[in-house]
Amino acid sequence: MSELTRKVSVRCEVNGESVTLEAYPMARLLDVLREQLKLTGTKEGCGEGECGACSVEMDGALVNSCLVPLLQVQGVKIRTIEGLASGGGALHAVQEAFLTYGGAQCGICTPGMILAAVNLLVRNPHPDDAQIREGLSGNLCRCTGYMKIFESVVEAVRHSDEADGQSGTGA
Amino acid sequence: METHSIGKSVPRKEGREKVTGRARYVDDLTFPDMLHGATVRSPAPRGRIREIRFEGDIPWDEFTIVTAKDIPGKNCIALLIEDQPCLADGLVNHCEEAVVLLAHQDKYLLEEARRHVRVAIEPLPAIFSMEDSLARKEIIWGRDNIFKAFHVEKGDVDSTCAGADFIVEGEYETGAQEQLYIEPQGVIAQFNAAEGVTVWGSLQCPYYVHKALVILFGLPKDRVRVVQTETGGGFGGKEEYPSMIAAHAALLAQKSGRPVKIIYDRAEDMVATTKRHPSKTRQRTAVTRDGKLLAMDIDFTVDGGAYETLSPVVLSRGTIHAAGPYHCTNVRINSRAVATNAPPHGAFRGFGAPQSVFALERHLDRVAGAIGMAPDELRRRNFISQGQTLAVGQVVKEKVDMNGLLDRAFALSDYHAKRKRFADENAGRTIKKGIGFASFLHGAGFTGSGEEYLASEVAMEAMRDGSVHVLAGSTEMGQGTNTIFSQIAADALGLDCDRIKILQPDTAQVPNSGPTVASRTAMIVGKLVETAALGLKRTLLESGLLELDEGAADFARACRTYIDAHGALKSFVKYEHPRDLHWDDEHYRGDAYGAYAWAVYVAEVSVDTRTGEVRVDDFVAVQEVGKVINPALAAGQIEGGVAQGIGFALYENVVWQEGRMANAQMTNYVMPTSMDLPPIRVFFEEIPYERGPAGAKGIGELPLDGTAPAIANAIAHATGADVRQIPITPEALLEMLAAMPPKALEGAHV
Amino acid sequence: MRAFLPGYHMETPRDLTETLDRMAKEPGVWKPFAGGTDLMVLLEAGKLPHKKFLNIWNLAELRGIQTSADHVTLGALTTYTEVRGHEILAREFPLLCRAAAETGSVATQNRGTLGGNIANASPAADSPPALLVYDAEIEIVSASGVRWIPYQQFHSGYKQMDLQPAELIRRVRVPRNKNAWRQHFRKVGTRRAQAISKVCLAAAARMDPGRIGDVRIVLGSVAPTALRAVRTEEVLRGQRPEPAILRVAQDALAREIAPIDDIRSTLRYRRTVARNLLAEFIESLAG
Repeated sequence: MSELTRKVSVRCEVNGESVTLEAYPMARLLDVLREQLKLTGTKEGCGEGECGACSVEMDGALVNSCLVPLLQVQGVKIRTIEGLASGGGALHAVQEAFLTYGGAQCGICTPGMILAAVNLLVRNPHPDDAQIREGLSGNLCRCTGYMKIFESVVEAVRHSDEADGQSGTGA
Repeated sequence: METHSIGKSVPRKEGREKVTGRARYVDDLTFPDMLHGATVRSPAPRGRIREIRFEGDIPWDEFTIVTAKDIPGKNCIALLIEDQPCLADGLVNHCEEAVVLLAHQDKYLLEEARRHVRVAIEPLPAIFSMEDSLARKEIIWGRDNIFKAFHVEKGDVDSTCAGADFIVEGEYETGAQEQLYIEPQGVIAQFNAAEGVTVWGSLQCPYYVHKALVILFGLPKDRVRVVQTETGGGFGGKEEYPSMIAAHAALLAQKSGRPVKIIYDRAEDMVATTKRHPSKTRQRTAVTRDGKLLAMDIDFTVDGGAYETLSPVVLSRGTIHAAGPYHCTNVRINSRAVATNAPPHGAFRGFGAPQSVFALERHLDRVAGAIGMAPDELRRRNFISQGQTLAVGQVVKEKVDMNGLLDRAFALSDYHAKRKRFADENAGRTIKKGIGFASFLHGAGFTGSGEEYLASEVAMEAMRDGSVHVLAGSTEMGQGTNTIFSQIAADALGLDCDRIKILQPDTAQVPNSGPTVASRTAMIVGKLVETAALGLKRTLLESGLLELDEGAADFARACRTYIDAHGALKSFVKYEHPRDLHWDDEHYRGDAYGAYAWAVYVAEVSVDTRTGEVRVDDFVAVQEVGKVINPALAAGQIEGGVAQGIGFALYENVVWQEGRMANAQMTNYVMPTSMDLPPIRVFFEEIPYERGPAGAKGIGELPLDGTAPAIANAIAHATGADVRQIPITPEALLEMLAAMPPKALEGAHV
Repeated sequence: MRAFLPGYHMETPRDLTETLDRMAKEPGVWKPFAGGTDLMVLLEAGKLPHKKFLNIWNLAELRGIQTSADHVTLGALTTYTEVRGHEILAREFPLLCRAAAETGSVATQNRGTLGGNIANASPAADSPPALLVYDAEIEIVSASGVRWIPYQQFHSGYKQMDLQPAELIRRVRVPRNKNAWRQHFRKVGTRRAQAISKVCLAAAARMDPGRIGDVRIVLGSVAPTALRAVRTEEVLRGQRPEPAILRVAQDALAREIAPIDDIRSTLRYRRTVARNLLAEFIESLAG
């Protein structure tokens, strides 16, 4: 066998907590989150960056964690599905909406889908239908046909607007 | 039964776990001392295993290695028959057939090792097409390559055809389709002398796996245990295949003495596991000039791949659904499932019906065109009514109003106006629009005597605190089993849904409720849940501990009192086949299904004649389903099923090269994204089925039957292209358009 | 995940100078690794033959979009998201923005880079056709110097490019001279999002009232590299965008491209669609 590499230590922040991750430099962030930090909410669906089940946020940007080598996570702030609900167990508006409107069926795409939706709403708080479809186009769902996922996002926007006392437009 | 939660969109029982990422799928589990397992597979579609070489600079002594000779019981994955080996022994019959199993603690070293096992095959001639199989160019299975054949006959097809005004013929093809559940196949297995084999996995049918492992290991039934973990989609792809992966993990667990986890990556899952059976149908229809169907002569073939697996049952359902929701006195259906050297094809939502219904519904539009009649008028003149008999001789006992469904679907989709407007406006445009429909039915439950044979069981137990446990072998995989069982039990007992707990399907704990397939879970098993719940309640009523009108608090008190006095409060129900349903297996006639769902789907498309791309702009799905137990879940089933049907019609194309799927990546085998799908508009009608819980019939597979033909008919309307085959890829469509005489592109008829 | 991870090295150089020094010291041994959206896919399939990578993701010298009166200059690490979000690019270089918007999905766009897209040199790459329409230039650096070349000359064949083992793409520069041109982009993929291109047309024309003054016709996925159809352009220059000349141009195009059958599509399809996309473009000029 050709020369082998050693594991590396990478310091970063995951869901608000400073952590040190240790793995081979090109280990997938997906695997390190799941295996070392036991954050199994992020899933592998394809290993090719096509399905989005492994979506996480890196410094606020949505990425496919199956395509991120550990070495590149040095100094980065990462958020996974586990970091979405606020402390004290209150769910994010998008999570609540998925519960109420049936956005999740088998649930395997759901963590990635919810993060993608949350990320979309940060960038565009009042997306129309086409923008929702585009924002979620990197997250594949085989169960729902996306209809109740869109509905959940639309309702999450509506509820947030009501909570903020705004009269939201958009979708 | 008073309904309190049935009919309401009660939130998904395990929803909170799913939206927080806390739901635990099999790959989320780790066991102490666990090894990872991997499968080495045949590189050739057929041949003799000459040699297995372990090469490279790999520390092989650290590995657990299993081959066929390590199998303690019978080397087979038992299903209908026992022809499929668990591990190839001497001969291989398809690419990617499992030959060697490896396990090691280090999953990266394991992959490196897998690369260095060389399976040398002396090739034998292989069969890749249904034609070659039927022509017996090689005998690759049994005596004649035929897994199963059916012959259905009603009336006199030949004489009728002889005197008919019009005979319309056609051939239709459907391709393989990959289930593409987003969670790939996976299991963890454990073996010890005391408990035998235990398997945890992503699966639909724990008792199928149980039976297969009992035979593989030669163990008594109580030394095999199968537990279903949270399952990320199944669609039939996890009906029979999990027995194979479970067997592999269990063998490694036995040999190593440690728990073994096998998780397929996407490429392996696609290339090695089951797909929808490809099909070819020949239709020959005799019709009067005013559109009365006189005779239907149907020849239907499905490609089963290298081993029998479930092909006879897929063929059965496809055969029975082949003549549709129409009344015709003379019907003949000849069908067969044949062997080829492809990885065995298997269950996928619809299970034979999407294939035969595509052929029928596309064909009937052509029949209408041949006699100069509108396609909907042709259907109206032939829709079956209550009291008439279907092709296999089943008298339709339930009320059915296909005309009403058609009316409603057409009103919702503005079908007639669009049919005319698109025809008028398409000339000269590069983007041509079309609208088309399909009318169809789908039988719920196992065919004929199948439910009787399954003899499904459900148990229920009340706790001292008044909560109630449901023990059933039915699995949740997103379709809503847990939630609707809770609703059914809750309403029967007069409780809130959150007082009902659905136990994890674990063969050590729950009875065999039959497989979670065939659109049977709500209708058949749900009814058993209802009966079990009513049985519990009756026990309390008859014991005098409870009055009829008392509420939840009293129920809890009564349970506590009863349990303290008697030790436990349980009920147990076993399926009883309705005495008025008769099925003749030998002649393939009689009451095929207890109930049918009936539907009309309408698809509106835009065809870009410059690129062959088809966009579905709008989709209306109207169906009569008995009773909608949970509107959000039911709509979710139809929406998701239509999406899969759109994939089946337009996007999902398995590229075969010498019996192997060449495009086994999600980049190259494409399913629709959120940007590819239209608004899918779903509407239900309810004519309660007295034998279903609260009147419910099955709906899970229905949407796969009508979606593709509706789209094909819409494309034909838009362009005049005589679509005969799905998927209708842009490449195929452009070839069709190029072959058409230029004038034909002007008109918008079939 | 099929790769044997212990066999893969990745290190993070301090800055561009260190990166280039290491690449010069051992040419071809260390390869740059940017967003990983191509390389990680190969790694996971167990099909990444190269084993030693320098993590350049954080090199500030490779980031940023600079505008001058005449040019926009993009660092090689500019992501598709950054392209989409840049006001001047959106206004003056819509084809590049369209290419970026139709690459993968939001997650891919956050990590995919122009430099990576160019260096990976897939015949189906999304940004090269737009860059060729815009007469892009590439800045290539090494420990021994800097050179600019027209991007037109960069790719010489399938995965063959004018990039030595010790060299790195540092910047991409496009002149701000096509603002008034009519611009057209269409990618025909396997589906509407997350799709690999089967045929892609990026085109632009300067109209001298009623006539095509100057034109750029570039296609992706119909040749070993993105193809600037110079002979087709010659046919069109000076002509009115009318059916007769369109047919001549289509025939010229069909001869210039070299599509193939592959896992995603067919030669015939690509050729037919290339002709049809050209028609779409020329017809749009007549309007």
